[in-house]
Amino acid sequence: MTERLGIVVSGSLNKGVEVRLDSSTSIEDMAVGRFVTIEGEKRRFFGMITDVSLGVTDQALTVIPPDVSDPFIAEVLAGTSTFGTLHVSPSLVIGGDADTILEGPQPVKTIPGHFSAVKLATQEDVELVFGTEDEKRFFIGNPLDMEVKLCLNLEELVKRSNGIFGKSGTGKTFLTRILLIGMLQKSRAVNLVFDMHNEYGWAGTREGGPPVKALKQLFPSRVAVFTLDEENARHRGVSTDGVVKIGYDEIEPEDITLLRQTLNLTDLAVEAVYQLYRKFGRSWIQDTLDLKVDQGLPEGLSVHEGTLLNLQRGLATVRRLPFIEPHSPANAVKAIMEHLDRGTNVVLEFGRYRDITAYILVANMLSRRIYAHYQSRVEKADAAGNENMRPQPLVITIEEAHKFLNPEVAGQTIFGTIAREMRKYNVTLLVIDQRPSGIDSEVMSQMGTKVTCLLDNDRDIDSVLAGVSGRNELKSVLAKLAAKQQALIFGHAVPMPVAFQPREYGSAQSYRDFAPPKDAEKDIEKLWD
Amino acid sequence: MAETERVGEVIEASTAGFTAQCYELYQLPPLGNLVKTGDSVAELYGIVCNAATTSLEPGRRPIARGRDEDSEEAIYQSSPQLAKLLRSEFGVLVVGHKEGDKLYQHLPPRPARIHGFVYQCSPGEVKDFGKSFDFLNIILNAHLPVPAEELVAASLRLMSQAHDDRRAFLVAAGKELAVLLSGDLNRLNAILGGLSYD
Repeated sequence: MTERLGIVVSGSLNKGVEVRLDSSTSIEDMAVGRFVTIEGEKRRFFGMITDVSLGVTDQALTVIPPDVSDPFIAEVLAGTSTFGTLHVSPSLVIGGDADTILEGPQPVKTIPGHFSAVKLATQEDVELVFGTEDEKRFFIGNPLDMEVKLCLNLEELVKRSNGIFGKSGTGKTFLTRILLIGMLQKSRAVNLVFDMHNEYGWAGTREGGPPVKALKQLFPSRVAVFTLDEENARHRGVSTDGVVKIGYDEIEPEDITLLRQTLNLTDLAVEAVYQLYRKFGRSWIQDTLDLKVDQGLPEGLSVHEGTLLNLQRGLATVRRLPFIEPHSPANAVKAIMEHLDRGTNVVLEFGRYRDITAYILVANMLSRRIYAHYQSRVEKADAAGNENMRPQPLVITIEEAHKFLNPEVAGQTIFGTIAREMRKYNVTLLVIDQRPSGIDSEVMSQMGTKVTCLLDNDRDIDSVLAGVSGRNELKSVLAKLAAKQQALIFGHAVPMPVAFQPREYGSAQSYRDFAPPKDAEKDIEKLWD
Repeated sequence: MAETERVGEVIEASTAGFTAQCYELYQLPPLGNLVKTGDSVAELYGIVCNAATTSLEPGRRPIARGRDEDSEEAIYQSSPQLAKLLRSEFGVLVVGHKEGDKLYQHLPPRPARIHGFVYQCSPGEVKDFGKSFDFLNIILNAHLPVPAEELVAASLRLMSQAHDDRRAFLVAAGKELAVLLSGDLNRLNAILGGLSYD
């Protein structure tokens, strides 16, 4: 039985309740983001501390402070004339109601009465709200200052697109790895990861330590690693399941549209691309680059000279990408789709090609084609009335999401479409970004669940919290997260927002904890190096 | 029942307090002391709030007698009638009463009786009485011949002696006072300043 912290003295449903701390509770032990329960007259409430403040019974104490060098006076005044106050946002009703007994925790529609007792939440309370580890729930970490395991409902998570945000260096990559493993283990969804910095396939970097194992090392039979840079993969000792090369003749006008900013193309140049494609067909890139301005343009083309030069410059940049060839031998999309259909997750490494142009081009191209496949298969399945013909739910993971989803291009890219169409064709996104204010607000509003590490830019914080109820209180929790190893998760997949410390990733014990029980013996030998 | 020390006899009584006379000159209980009077049916508890030694006859004031004496004791030896002409008396503020076994810290239904014996409370009784701090409110709001802050501080100092952990008792009393005097910091500070013991 936990000790009482204090009692509710005022508040409202919209703004949360004020709790006056008992004199025996030290204000310095209270922290924003911790969970508390409130024992109302008829119901038990569950909520989070969102602010901590000091109060006095007489304002004169702030103007003429007493002599606190005398420990007797200090002790007498603590908790009586001077006291601490917590601001608590109750989010759920966890007991006392007929509904909560039948259906579990319910959202709050009322608040506890005056002088209701407030206590720190216990392990049992947290498990009641968030559930325990089972086939659908994955252990992602611990609520702040608690030992209990916080579990995330993965089935709910993959029903929508989701986002992971945070300043660079706050641990987004570790969190993403944890979530990818969760999806791998506990949901039917299969993942396609566009791995710009080579962090998710075989191994990942760790500040001040040896590399950490990534998906393929932990789940060799369930993950395939493709690469754009075969040489680099060999150097790093990464075993790959396929090499991706892109042919000029595979690039379509929509792929170039998204590259407008990175290639510095003018709007006219982008429009010209469609003209040129109509004229030249699949060989349009080669043919456009072959055009000599001073020799005059072929029939039917009306492109301004300066525009053509601008476009040629941009296309030349694309052609210089090392993995672009005039004609690609294998069909990368087909190979990847075969893996996805088998339920194997695919990580596409970019090797040395970390240029943003390369990333945008490849991610966009492959996603467009895979999405088109998914669309046609879902439509066929629906027409035939056969659920089994539907492809596996797919989650596409992309980094630097603001390059793909900023307001200028969100309407035109495949990622904007996927985000808006939710799960219509069984494809959702997992976006990772450090500048969420760069993402179109409509796309942000479509995200089911958001996980965010520390953000310090007001605009970024506002864009992540836009439309979330209780956003002012969450803002103070978010701003007070530690720079590393703390995150806030809220949205569809959790019953209420929770600040947590992600589970450990990188030690031998943590790898053992990830491995599913039946594979544990096989993997343990491998893990002991 | 242990024999407790008799400290005086009631010569005036009303609901809120009584006055008692000592049997010997100057054998006055200290300011703030917890005393009791009454019988097994109704016992009254009070705090000594005033003490005075005056002439028995109100019109006859004492005159100085020591001009030719060497010491103060010599005055009393030379004038033995002084013991009959002066009397020491003390005023008591009633702060509680006992009915049967139950102790209440509010005014009693009926006042003390004239000629009732007034007893010193035993340490056990003082400790029992100090379990509740309701009596502080009575002291703070009473009409007193001495400042209320002085009386509160004196009574708490004396009461703390009956406890093993004097500091804990005084801190608890201080917290109660902080609540009672939350609007009057100066009074609170005056009392807290007087609660040290060494």
